[in-house]
Amino acid sequence: MKRVNKKRLMLGNEAIARGLIENGCSMAASYPGTPASEILTALFEFQKETPVARHIQWAVNEKVAFEIAYTGSLAGLRSAVSMKQVGLNVASDPLMSAAYLGTAGGFIIISADDPGPHSSQTEQDSRLMAMMAKIPVLDPKSPEQAKQMIRTAFELSEKFKIPVMLRPTTRVCHARQDIKIGLIKETDLRVDFKKDPTRWAATPKFRFHLHRELEEKLTKLAAYSDTFPVHLNPGVQTRRALVVSGVAAAHTEEILKDLDLFQTFSLFQVVQPYPLHAEFVDFLIGRYEEILVIEETAAVIEMQLADRHRVKGKLTGTVPTVGELLPETIQKVISEFAGVPIEPIEPPGTGGRRPTLCAGCPHRASFFAIKKAAPKGIYTSDIGCYTLGLNLGAVDTVLCMGAAISQAAGFYHAYKGEKKPPDIVATIGDSTFFHAGTAALIDAVTHRARFVLVILDNQTTAMTGNQPTPATLQRIDNDLFLNVELESLVQGCGVGFCRVADPYRLDEFVGHIKAAVRYSRKEGVAVVIARHPCLIDKFRVEEARQAPVRVEISDNCDGCGYCISHFECPALVMNPDKVVTVDPVLCSGCGVCLSVCPKKSIVEIK
Amino acid sequence: MPKDQSSKQQIIISGVGGQGVLFITGLLAQAAIDKNLPVFTSETHGMAQRGGAVVSHLKVGGFPSPLIRPGRADGLLALKTESIAPYRPYLKPGAWIVANATQEIRPDEAVTAFGVDAEQLAQKIDNPRSANIVLLGFALACMPELAAGQNKMFCTFDEIKAVLTKRLSSRTALRESSLGALAAGFNHRASNP
Repeated sequence: MKRVNKKRLMLGNEAIARGLIENGCSMAASYPGTPASEILTALFEFQKETPVARHIQWAVNEKVAFEIAYTGSLAGLRSAVSMKQVGLNVASDPLMSAAYLGTAGGFIIISADDPGPHSSQTEQDSRLMAMMAKIPVLDPKSPEQAKQMIRTAFELSEKFKIPVMLRPTTRVCHARQDIKIGLIKETDLRVDFKKDPTRWAATPKFRFHLHRELEEKLTKLAAYSDTFPVHLNPGVQTRRALVVSGVAAAHTEEILKDLDLFQTFSLFQVVQPYPLHAEFVDFLIGRYEEILVIEETAAVIEMQLADRHRVKGKLTGTVPTVGELLPETIQKVISEFAGVPIEPIEPPGTGGRRPTLCAGCPHRASFFAIKKAAPKGIYTSDIGCYTLGLNLGAVDTVLCMGAAISQAAGFYHAYKGEKKPPDIVATIGDSTFFHAGTAALIDAVTHRARFVLVILDNQTTAMTGNQPTPATLQRIDNDLFLNVELESLVQGCGVGFCRVADPYRLDEFVGHIKAAVRYSRKEGVAVVIARHPCLIDKFRVEEARQAPVRVEISDNCDGCGYCISHFECPALVMNPDKVVTVDPVLCSGCGVCLSVCPKKSIVEIK
Repeated sequence: MPKDQSSKQQIIISGVGGQGVLFITGLLAQAAIDKNLPVFTSETHGMAQRGGAVVSHLKVGGFPSPLIRPGRADGLLALKTESIAPYRPYLKPGAWIVANATQEIRPDEAVTAFGVDAEQLAQKIDNPRSANIVLLGFALACMPELAAGQNKMFCTFDEIKAVLTKRLSSRTALRESSLGALAAGFNHRASNP
């Protein structure tokens, strides 16, 4: 008989999804964001291995995702919501309230942190959000442990009737490991919403009681044996302890073994950083003379160790408070703590090359047109691939999801007393507009703000791996979804100028932006929807690919560099002898650059 | 496992977004699993993938941490010549470098470096996007040339071929062209060592 290999190479996010599906998660929702995006994608895949229908969906934003998944819990089902750490900011409103109300079916909030940061606006620690909301949080050190913790999290949630957070970091989400595959179990949970208005619709008077109940839950959670810190080297007798959590636990274990220090310190992995087990705190302080805490990114465990005179960590400046705790950083901290010589290391570089929009990206054409039409404008932008419009000098501000529109309004209101106020052009992606743009647009229209809004409509959520948007869901399953059309939504917000145009037709497109700029100077918000599909959207490659336009550089290129600095296409390369050439491997054949060269030196190969 | 290969290995794979760093890392990691070796990789996702520098860490043989520390790696597979220098500090003395050498590789006495213009080879077989697989084939052919005591890559040409065949089993044309690219890189070295 053929031996079945039960181990599969899995991304941390896939391991988390596998944990959810093996433990009977019946409802899951998410909004994509690095490093959390692949959790839901993997759930869709694993779902195919089971005949039981689950509700798995991309939601319009994290708040909506949270509320839908949480309601699954109210109806008695195991459910989960996943997002990146800044997504949890968007979902913080339901989070704080759900902590008070509690759960019926097990409910897990997966909030993936990004110390570094590698692909985020902040390095914020979701464990602090758990602390603020007063819910327990589990902190996995590896994909394998993240998968195991899903089971623990459901059990905790059901036992204590409380939402439970799982907080992986980039190094867990985007590590791959050989993971043991388990059976997909179906739970015996039946959908059954038990009405209880004093809980599910609690008024302030009842909220007071719920708050007290929550505190009692936390006290019990701080004594719960299944999540007690793990002693990784129980035989060791010493007066010094290392307390670690998350991927820093994995780094520390490896470093101690490599440096022959594994027997020198007692090593504890905290699996539930909040609430920290009361007995563990007493034990640590009573037993050890020196305690070093290593965790990412805030001092969450450390600040719960009330007797501070023996504790070292972020609060004593022993462990860095900013940036990812790379293993080389941890090695230095441990060597100092151990009093052993510090190995000199040469820090690796970052590779030198900055990210850029893909060759043929329609956003590049849109940014070029915006700079042509409003060369002295203020350009507010948003979160997505198009943040890279920075390279083209077409992005002045990036704050958070949806802020391009409110910041454009803010600049308008700030400058409106001036004699010659600047043109203002906001750029926002289609998915980001659905996520957080409409409320801002309604506000701008209401308050008679005047600016141009270019919605960069590549008909996908590109940066995070081409997840659908409310305008494109239908292409996944025609029967299930109803599309919401972008232009009707814009018009519904009260906008008087709304045009749809293809940025690939650059000259025409510049004309539309110019018309919008003129309108915005006198009338109000002018919207141009720049519609062209993302070139790397695997779901619509055929559609995105027009017949390629082959281009070459004619002999009259004088190497002025205009196309390089103002268009920055990776396929246009400046040679050492000051002539531009076209890289045939990278060139997508979009043909937009034909209209870019002021000397018409980029020509089509007929 | 032959004596001159250790089951514990740490390899850095570097390049720029869109070159297929993740794909190569995945092939090597799967080869480890097929040999029943524990494996850990760490990847770059998100914004950096848009043409920026991309690096993977591959650790085979039971490591708790997903990241390689500087001075600890056994080898560096660089998909761009420019992707050698920033990651050179990860290598330990006696490590190997295999690089797509579209430019000259700076001499480095502490390590053994092999270079090939993988892009040119890929264009020669009419598959310009397969430079990553060409380079992997080339790397596998270089390994027997390492001295005793240097940690050769844990897997062989045939093992990678098997992974690639299985990975692309449903996509005949891509599978054949990828296997062709792997062989082109391998034979280039095997026939001109």
